[in-house]
Amino acid sequence: MLKDITIGQYFPGKSFVHRLDPRFKIIITAFYITLLFSAKEMIGLFAGIVYLVAAFLVSGIPFKMMLKGLKPIVPIIIFTSILNLFFIDGIVVFRLWILKITDEGIKMSVFMVIRIICLIAGTSLLTYTTSPIALTDAIERLFSPLKKLKVPVHELAMMMTIALRFIPTLIEETDKIMSAQKARGADLETGGLMQRAKALVPILIPLFVSAFRRAEELALAMECRCYHGGEGRTRLRQLKSGWADYVSLGITLFFLDAVVAINCFF
Amino acid sequence: MPIIKTENLTYTYSQGTPFEKTAVDNINIEIESGEFVGIIGHTGSGKSTLIQHLNGLLKPTSGKVYIDGQDIWESKEITKAARFKVGLVFQYPEYQIFEETVYKDIAFGPKNMGLSDDEIDKRIKETARIVGLGEDLLNKSPFELSGGQKRRVAIAGVMAMEPQVLILDEPTAGLDPKGRDRILDQIKLYHEEKKRTVLLVSHSMEDVAKYSTKILVMNKAKVFCYDEPPMVFRRAEEISQMGLAVPQITKVFNALKEKGFNIAEDVYTVDYAKRKFLQYISARKEKS
Ligand SMILES: Nc1ncnc2c1ncn2[C@@H]1O[C@H](COP(=O)(O)OP(=O)(O)OP(=O)(O)O)[C@@H](O)[C@H]1O
Ligand SMILES: [Mg+2]
Repeated sequence: MLKDITIGQYFPGKSFVHRLDPRFKIIITAFYITLLFSAKEMIGLFAGIVYLVAAFLVSGIPFKMMLKGLKPIVPIIIFTSILNLFFIDGIVVFRLWILKITDEGIKMSVFMVIRIICLIAGTSLLTYTTSPIALTDAIERLFSPLKKLKVPVHELAMMMTIALRFIPTLIEETDKIMSAQKARGADLETGGLMQRAKALVPILIPLFVSAFRRAEELALAMECRCYHGGEGRTRLRQLKSGWADYVSLGITLFFLDAVVAINCFF
Repeated sequence: MPIIKTENLTYTYSQGTPFEKTAVDNINIEIESGEFVGIIGHTGSGKSTLIQHLNGLLKPTSGKVYIDGQDIWESKEITKAARFKVGLVFQYPEYQIFEETVYKDIAFGPKNMGLSDDEIDKRIKETARIVGLGEDLLNKSPFELSGGQKRRVAIAGVMAMEPQVLILDEPTAGLDPKGRDRILDQIKLYHEEKKRTVLLVSHSMEDVAKYSTKILVMNKAKVFCYDEPPMVFRRAEEISQMGLAVPQITKVFNALKEKGFNIAEDVYTVDYAKRKFLQYISARKEKS
């Protein structure tokens, strides 16, 4: 069902990770990604794994959730590992017709798979532990220097908030419409490509109608409350950073430095 | 044999996440053919969830649903057949409308059943009459209609499939009193004329009391009771404690009882109340 989509889903909780300042979490995630990409050796990547496992344990997010988040990227993982496995030069360890597997290839593909998994798991930890609203707030604050360059940061953040806010609503709505049409005997599961595409019409039309209606109503409601963009707007929940944020950032930077150091020594 | 039967039916939303929520819990009911069942319960008691199991839209987390004695999840074909046997009109069904004209939209269900064009035409005309849509509206775009008219189109769309069991989830929510009575009267008519089973979910005890032959009261995901109206309204006190409004007339008679006039305990329609009241008065006159 549509409801099983978990990527980008918020998983409420009160753990240390949940309570971190979202701005710091975004920066930390960015550093973590840098770490993954700067690791050249297995041992550096190992540090990345240790960091990730520790972060997951502290956050209290079940590992099952992480695995669920990885499911959609399984094809990408398989594709990259095959590509690396067969197309990297090195000492040939196995040969079948024109295909050959080299030691470098094996190493590279294992390396890439671990890197992709860490990348997705690490970034999904950010969205699992941060509510979409907090996330967009943080993005708006982080990018606010760009306002000087006339980039409409607030408007973009608001658009993102609204989009994120309506994803679950639209999913629910799609589910409801699908149920209603199924109850009228619509067949959404069988038939050829053409038939299936046609079967989508009774779902898409009501969905668009209601999405437009919602947009219009929301715009009107915002105008009624005198919304006029970001100028002079204050916030109900101020973002505050504390020692925990600096410590976490410090630990992350330490790991990043360690990985860079490993690169130099090996 | 009951036309609908559930066995230990349980359904949990978002199982395995912190949002887990058991919306129907171990439900065992049997609904006989030809019954008019009113389903009532406070907001969130699981009414909508329950009825979506009866035509196979939701798959039970555990337990079974039988239509005509057949387990509807036995095979794909049986599930599909169940959708035609049991028609379901959703809460606020307007959003299911998608065709260019009212006529075409009502035709969607019957077409999916594979009926002939003549038969479809006949059914559309008939159901349009039943739900009170004028013929001039049939060629209009459904998106130009008023809310109440859209509601009627949506109901007609399911009714035209002539399911053996018609389930309506609060078909009158948000309609004016006249429109409400009219739709309910037409549903009753459909029930009587076509001898079909009807399940009506409603928040209004008056409506349920007026039309139903049996009442199912849901409370916190469980069945509180499933019985004939007089038996149900004997428990008026418990029902009010659950936060459901009992019919005005039942309240009046309970208040009279508290004042020492025990006229009848199972009153729920005005007609019946009148009869009982007159009986009581004449009995008292004879005594004195
Ligand atoms: N799609 C869903 N996902 C998660 N929980 C749901 C979903 N739909 C309903 N619920 C929950 O299940 C419970 C029962 O909901 P249901 O819609 O069956 O109630 P209802 O009796 O029809 O209420 P109402 O009278 O307001 O229509 C509610 O607590 C609701 O929060
Ligand atoms: Mg409901």
